[in-house]
Amino acid sequence: MIKLENLTKAFDTPSGTVVAADRINMDVADGEICVLLGPSGCGKTTTLKMINRLIEPTSGKIYIDGKDTDRIDPVELRRTIGYVIQQIGLFPNMTVEENICVVPKLLGWDMGKARQRASDLLATINLDPALYLKRYPKELSGGQQQRVGVARALAADPPVLLMDEPFGAIDPINREVIQDEFLKMHRRLRKTVMFVSHDIDEAVKMADKIAIFRAGKLEQFDSPDNLLAHPASSFIADFVGTDRTLKRLRLIKVRDAMHAKSPRVSHTEAVEEAVARMNEQGYEFIVVVDAEGRPHGYVDMQAVRERTGPVGEHRAALPATVRLDEDLRAAVSTMFMHDVRWLACVDEQGMFAGFVTQRGITRLLGQTYRGAGGPH
Amino acid sequence: METLKFILENLPAIGQRTLQHISIVGVAVGLAILTGVPIGVLITQSKRAADIVLYIASMIMTIPSIALFGVMIPLLSLIGQGIGYLPAVIAVLLYSQLPIIRNTYTAISNVDPALREAARGMGMSSLERLRHVEIPLAIPVIMAGVRIAVVMNIGITAIATYIGAGGLGAFISRGISQTDSRQLITGALAVSLLAIAADYLLLWAQHRLTPVGIRTSRTPKHRSVVAAASAAASA
Repeated sequence: MIKLENLTKAFDTPSGTVVAADRINMDVADGEICVLLGPSGCGKTTTLKMINRLIEPTSGKIYIDGKDTDRIDPVELRRTIGYVIQQIGLFPNMTVEENICVVPKLLGWDMGKARQRASDLLATINLDPALYLKRYPKELSGGQQQRVGVARALAADPPVLLMDEPFGAIDPINREVIQDEFLKMHRRLRKTVMFVSHDIDEAVKMADKIAIFRAGKLEQFDSPDNLLAHPASSFIADFVGTDRTLKRLRLIKVRDAMHAKSPRVSHTEAVEEAVARMNEQGYEFIVVVDAEGRPHGYVDMQAVRERTGPVGEHRAALPATVRLDEDLRAAVSTMFMHDVRWLACVDEQGMFAGFVTQRGITRLLGQTYRGAGGPH
Repeated sequence: METLKFILENLPAIGQRTLQHISIVGVAVGLAILTGVPIGVLITQSKRAADIVLYIASMIMTIPSIALFGVMIPLLSLIGQGIGYLPAVIAVLLYSQLPIIRNTYTAISNVDPALREAARGMGMSSLERLRHVEIPLAIPVIMAGVRIAVVMNIGITAIATYIGAGGLGAFISRGISQTDSRQLITGALAVSLLAIAADYLLLWAQHRLTPVGIRTSRTPKHRSVVAAASAAASA
């Protein structure tokens, strides 16, 4: 969808020529979120701004949807690309509605259609149109302003969205909320997004692909998991942090780390049956479920080996459960909190689905290191 | 007391001279807005041009008004307009340039760069950016410049009576030459009141022209209606 070919930008400064972007080659597929990441002054923002030609490239080519953007008038080009900046930049003299309608108006849309679009967009970003359409930016909180900023960028339904540290100025709690909202919206709209960030956690959370820049050069362009597992250089290893393996926990859902054959036993079944099943599967414990299939406690091999009667009478309470759609970071955190080595997982209906174990998780994370092997 | 009597006996004359006064300042500042605002906008494109233009406008401000009138007599005599209405309007037009150009220039250059970037990034051309973003945001400051120009020039126009332009200055000049304090006070009072009234009217206009989203204090509807009525009355 977006293809950068040997994209270069050199600035002439009094102290000589500075190459802000040096022969950048990237290919971002349709519907992907690509995060441009790096320390300040690394060329990530320059690269982003060359895409909508707020900065004219010195050399190199940019293709959007196969079209060479050099052949398009910059003003026309920008109207087909959504743009969100850190300072938000809502026009204070316009209402929320007028702000969202700016690009549709520039494109000559019918006003009725533009207003309808503004109203629909507000609804998708969880702001009540009846309440907010006629408000002015100064009457909104920072988080609300940035939501409107995103809505404004999406107004004319552009296939490509450029975002320059869009959530950088928002407080950490609101930032998480807005990131989640944005990801949810993205799953529905499937825009191709180029996103500048200097925050590795944000990048790992948002990105399908991460491009790490350093001094104008593209150092590594990879999926977040590969980047964390196999940093291409010591610079990147340092940049992503010594806890990079822990960061990978965010990328894996509980669903994908759950043991395929997690034994279970109904609370009415006999203890002998439970022991037999543990032996058969090779586990030291087994989850007890009720008649509907909800987790109802567990029994431990050591505790019940010599007992008889229904397992329901011998079960111990589960300290906690974890949902299938949570990430492994949440699961590991819950394990540490309760000092346990495994957790029962439940689906959306609260039914027992299986369990994750510490051993299983470390094995999963280790697989990729044993395979290719990075520099560390 | 005598002054009050003089005023009451000469109300029609005072009214007529006030209208003359307003006509000189109104026409001149109106023209100054039409020239000064575009100049102020244009010079935002070049620091060098801005320096030169603002320097020239400041120089004009330093010319004493009486000297400027004097210089214009021989020049405008070439078209038979050496004295009277036209030189007065031209002088006020020139004096109005600095506050209007400078305020326009300052207001436009001080528009938040983030807004400019957002506007550019969304695909507004330079003219669209001016029309939809920069000028609306600059209006309060531009209007403040207009107010300065108007108030200042109501005073300067009083001197235009010496080149036969009429206006309220006629009372003052005659009061001086005839050592008649009644006329002198009448003229001075009328000029001051006109300046105060004009300032209030323009302040109200400034508030009304400022986009709602950037008004500092929001005037409730009924209050602005009252203001409109009082402004209409004072006008």
